[in-house]
Amino acid sequence: MTDISLSPHGTAVKAPSNSIVRHARYVIAENPVTGLAFGLFILIALCALIGPSIVPHDPLASDTSAALAAPSLKHWFGTDQLGRDIFSRVIAATRLDFTIAITSVILVFAMGGFAGIAAGFFGGWTDRIVGRISDTIMAFPLFVLAMGIVAALGNTVTNIVLATAIINFPLYVRVARAEANVRRDAGFVQAARLSGNGDFRILLMHILPNIMPIMMVQISLTMGYAILNAAGLSFIGLGVRPPTPEWGIMVAEGAGNIISGEWWIALFPGAALMIAVFCFNLLGDGLRDLVDPQRRT
Amino acid sequence: MLTLISKRMMLVIPNLIGVVIITFLLTRALPGDPAAYFAGPAADKQAIEQIRVKLGLDKPLIIQFGGYVADLGHLDLGTSLTTGQPVLTELKNRLPASAELTLFGLILSVAIAVPLGILAAVKQDSWIDHSCRVVATAGVSLPVFFTGLLLVYVFYFLLGWSPAPLGRLDVFFSPPPQITGFYLIDSLLNRDLATFRAALSQLLMPGLTLCIFSLAPIARITRASMLAVLASDFVRTARASGLDSRTVILTYAFRNAMLPVVTTLGMVFSFLLGANVLVEKVFAWPGIGSYAVEALISSDFAPVQGFVLTMAILYVVLNLLIDVLYGVIDPRVRLEA
Amino acid sequence: MAKKPTKTEKLLRNSDKSLPLLDVRDLTVEFATRRGVVRAVQHINISIAKGESLAIVGESGSGKSVTSYAVMRILDRAGRIADGTVMFSGVDLCTMPENEMRELRGREMSMIFQSPRLALNPIRKIGRQIEDVLLQHAQVDSAQASEKAIEMLEHVRIARPRERYHAYPFELSGGMCQRVVIALALACKPQLLIADEPTTGLDVTTQKAVMDLTVNLTRERGMSMILITHDLGLAAAYCDRVVVMEKGHVVETAQAETIFRAPSHRYTRKLMRATPRPGVTLRDLLPEEEATSAKPTRHTNGRAASPLLVVEKLMKEYPRNDAGGSLKKLFGPKPTVKPENFRAVDGISFTVGRGESVGLVGESGCGKSTTSMMVMRLIDKTSGAIVFDGEDIGKIPARKFATLPLRKRIQMVFQDPTDSLNPRFTAARAIADPILRLGNGERAFVRERCEDLARQVGLPVELLDRFPHQLSGGQKARVGIARAIALKPDLIILDEPTAALDVSVQAVVLNLLQDLKDSLGMSYLFVSHDLNVVRLLCDRVIVMQAGQIVEQGLTEQVLVAPQAVYTRDLLTAIPHPPL
Repeated sequence: MTDISLSPHGTAVKAPSNSIVRHARYVIAENPVTGLAFGLFILIALCALIGPSIVPHDPLASDTSAALAAPSLKHWFGTDQLGRDIFSRVIAATRLDFTIAITSVILVFAMGGFAGIAAGFFGGWTDRIVGRISDTIMAFPLFVLAMGIVAALGNTVTNIVLATAIINFPLYVRVARAEANVRRDAGFVQAARLSGNGDFRILLMHILPNIMPIMMVQISLTMGYAILNAAGLSFIGLGVRPPTPEWGIMVAEGAGNIISGEWWIALFPGAALMIAVFCFNLLGDGLRDLVDPQRRT
Repeated sequence: MLTLISKRMMLVIPNLIGVVIITFLLTRALPGDPAAYFAGPAADKQAIEQIRVKLGLDKPLIIQFGGYVADLGHLDLGTSLTTGQPVLTELKNRLPASAELTLFGLILSVAIAVPLGILAAVKQDSWIDHSCRVVATAGVSLPVFFTGLLLVYVFYFLLGWSPAPLGRLDVFFSPPPQITGFYLIDSLLNRDLATFRAALSQLLMPGLTLCIFSLAPIARITRASMLAVLASDFVRTARASGLDSRTVILTYAFRNAMLPVVTTLGMVFSFLLGANVLVEKVFAWPGIGSYAVEALISSDFAPVQGFVLTMAILYVVLNLLIDVLYGVIDPRVRLEA
Repeated sequence: MAKKPTKTEKLLRNSDKSLPLLDVRDLTVEFATRRGVVRAVQHINISIAKGESLAIVGESGSGKSVTSYAVMRILDRAGRIADGTVMFSGVDLCTMPENEMRELRGREMSMIFQSPRLALNPIRKIGRQIEDVLLQHAQVDSAQASEKAIEMLEHVRIARPRERYHAYPFELSGGMCQRVVIALALACKPQLLIADEPTTGLDVTTQKAVMDLTVNLTRERGMSMILITHDLGLAAAYCDRVVVMEKGHVVETAQAETIFRAPSHRYTRKLMRATPRPGVTLRDLLPEEEATSAKPTRHTNGRAASPLLVVEKLMKEYPRNDAGGSLKKLFGPKPTVKPENFRAVDGISFTVGRGESVGLVGESGCGKSTTSMMVMRLIDKTSGAIVFDGEDIGKIPARKFATLPLRKRIQMVFQDPTDSLNPRFTAARAIADPILRLGNGERAFVRERCEDLARQVGLPVELLDRFPHQLSGGQKARVGIARAIALKPDLIILDEPTAALDVSVQAVVLNLLQDLKDSLGMSYLFVSHDLNVVRLLCDRVIVMQAGQIVEQGLTEQVLVAPQAVYTRDLLTAIPHPPL
């Protein structure tokens, strides 16, 4: 249903200039959950930024007299085996979890995104080498590889970031490669070549801006995965060490108390983890609707 | 079909080579002195030197790699420092436990997710579609170890319906004689229903945990690909020729929609094998995952390395099976092989 | 196996012979979209008698396909029949329960679609797909189903039907797939066949074969046929009556002969005029009011002594088998058998004179696009020479050519105006791109230059700041043309520049191209599959088949007295409306 409003000399067809804003509003109206996710995201970012300085108790201070206290007005989320305030620890942990996820995603976006675009655009040897590297990574169950990497490189937060980035590498390569590949022979790329743009310029000015929206969706979706992965590693005792507050390790600390009924130690950090991941996934879905209404799932 | 299988086998070889190189590099990438690391924290200088020579760490990297490959050829994965047992033996003993758990979780989740995804696509925007979307998004957001703990709290502590999350079988039962290593199958083969029930009740919670975890991606992709196929031209043709909705949905749409689902199974396996480690830790499941975690904590590297290698090989083989399954469904793949 | 006839079925079979088979009254179809309810079809009346063939003609957005989906009741979820009746043999289909409707589909009325390859289940044997329909409507019992399916394949003239029964759609050509779709549609001997753009995307010779087959089979069986098409020529050549639709309304219904001779509605006249056909000039395509004021048509430029472009023994080979190559090259053993090469372009030679426009014609896969890409220096040749203004530019690798000053002398207008514009660039930015990259000293006046160019191609200057998705197809085509002429090139390659446009827009764009050539003195290499379009714009024509040139010469000579058999086939395959 297009394009017959053109009169021979091309008189104007009314087109809205604010269509992106309107589209965004439509997507949010259609799916208010995206709006909710955005609000959550702001809340999480705030916790990460100023959380540690506004919490009611010192997240590291133990008080054995108040150990294993159930949630109360004084300790909203209760206390753990050492009497530390769980609410304060959960809030304080946001910064570390958030930082791990953000850094690893930025790292993998830089590496995987660029490698993927180059592979998709140039094809040939670049494609083969990038493809081989990501195939080899994909040959491992990803979490298992992350375990192996952290075990080998050493049990530090930096290595958790690195391992998370490495296991996400193939995902970014795949998306970026596919997107670059379909655009490689697109008319506008050919046209850019005819206009005298070199390969590098085409990549930077013509292909990259068109791929960015889809990469943003990917970033949002992998943020959740990165958080889960980091928490999983610290749950089995890798990376972050006690008494540092971190959601994964806090769940691990509370795991033993579940069977004796002290549910709050593991529940609150676990719930925080879940909400954070949920928020990023919803945000990713919302962004995807915004970018490509056809691919809604 | 045979050409397809052999062709896929050929493709597996470079993957396996990659896996071996990476696992080798992981050993050599150990911070500090690998020999000291392998010798364990209690070893003295002389012991470390001994290990260095024994492991060939004084030789050039390429020769070390040769030695490593030769060891693998002899199925020698080294010895665990904590238990003193050869790693291979322990992995072999523990593998059935992990495999039973993973497969049980996967089968459970496919059995729920695929029909759910299809129903959601066929009845788009109905309540079943909305619940499918919620399950899909919530499922991927749940940390698997957290789901496990929640289930334990509700079904063991609060309701008392399930047994304590401690291993594959209650202490009052003895494991069935080993045939396949899968307690469910072995107890049935042995006509021992009591043991079967006991094993099942132990398996249910961790299996459910894995199921919830892998439900989301399968349901999501089933729904999406089913929607895409239902909107395709050939389904329109089938409708326009008056085929009844059963034939349209099952014979025309479903088989085509399964292609992306089968591809996704590869990814799901990757997640499942990883999640398996966490679930085994939560439920004290005596599989290879908990073996690796214990070794990790005591800085015992040989088991970890053996574990990573085993998992990778397992995963490569599973992917091979998926490729073959894909060929069974799709004649284009089969005939072009 | 035979079902008892339902009430509807009895009614259908016993109905009065004098009734029209299908009678659409006051039909309105609505779609729920983001911008509210859109009426795709408004209060239309169409009727078709038994044994009659009727064409519904219209440009994109006219509602012609929606009408047919509404008749079959296969509108997608957003669409609904808001008003009106669809009487089929005296029964109203709009109020019929879905299960009875389903029995009618395929048995009493069936449909064939465009893009035949997509219309078949890709992973089911074609024979089985025909059987599904036969069994569904209880035409045969399962024992005879496969025999009957093979018989149907025979009816649609598929060679070796017994073997082809086991074929999958991807093993067949597009034309062959369309025959299977026809077999599927006719398997249960329906009374009405609806063909929705059945030959779009097929080559002219295949189009002729498919259309002849469809018409013969429906005529033999005394069936009625509705042909839905954008091609007035095709409609008039194959149908008794023509219905013309515009923006959801029926504007004219007439006999096929009268619609060409004496179209009564203004829109029909415009559409009729815009359809390229023998015996008209480029100016004749424009609506009456504009054609009268137009300048005299094309003047053939005298050929200068040295041609602008000389192509000699140009060849391009592709490796035939490159599947899964990357892994083998890295890890596998070296291939023992040298892969056989496929020659897309097989040693062709031709020239393009200064100010001349040359048509390069052929069906899909003949190598015309590969040739244009090589001349354009977007891909490298295998052997041969491309001499441009005395310099062999074929020697310069395609990768390097982009930044050379020579680049600006050869430009191109692409096939798909949407695909050829960067979605993130405004029209002005797109036109400015070549000026910024290759223009010298014009940087300061880029905006002025863009506005000049926009005026030159008839694009309103106020549209320059819009993004491609805010422009219509015709406007995007103008942006593409403005970009191509921005650097005042000597040679422009036009790669099917109007293939994605409606005929009325095509008429305008073709005239624009002619005017620009006259005023700027460029040469054109016009790549097209449509001889009628080439005839209008080109001085000379080159006909290609399977990578080789089968004939070249002055346009009138080649089209009036073709020498090669293939050229003759191409010409006869063009639908000839009864004039």
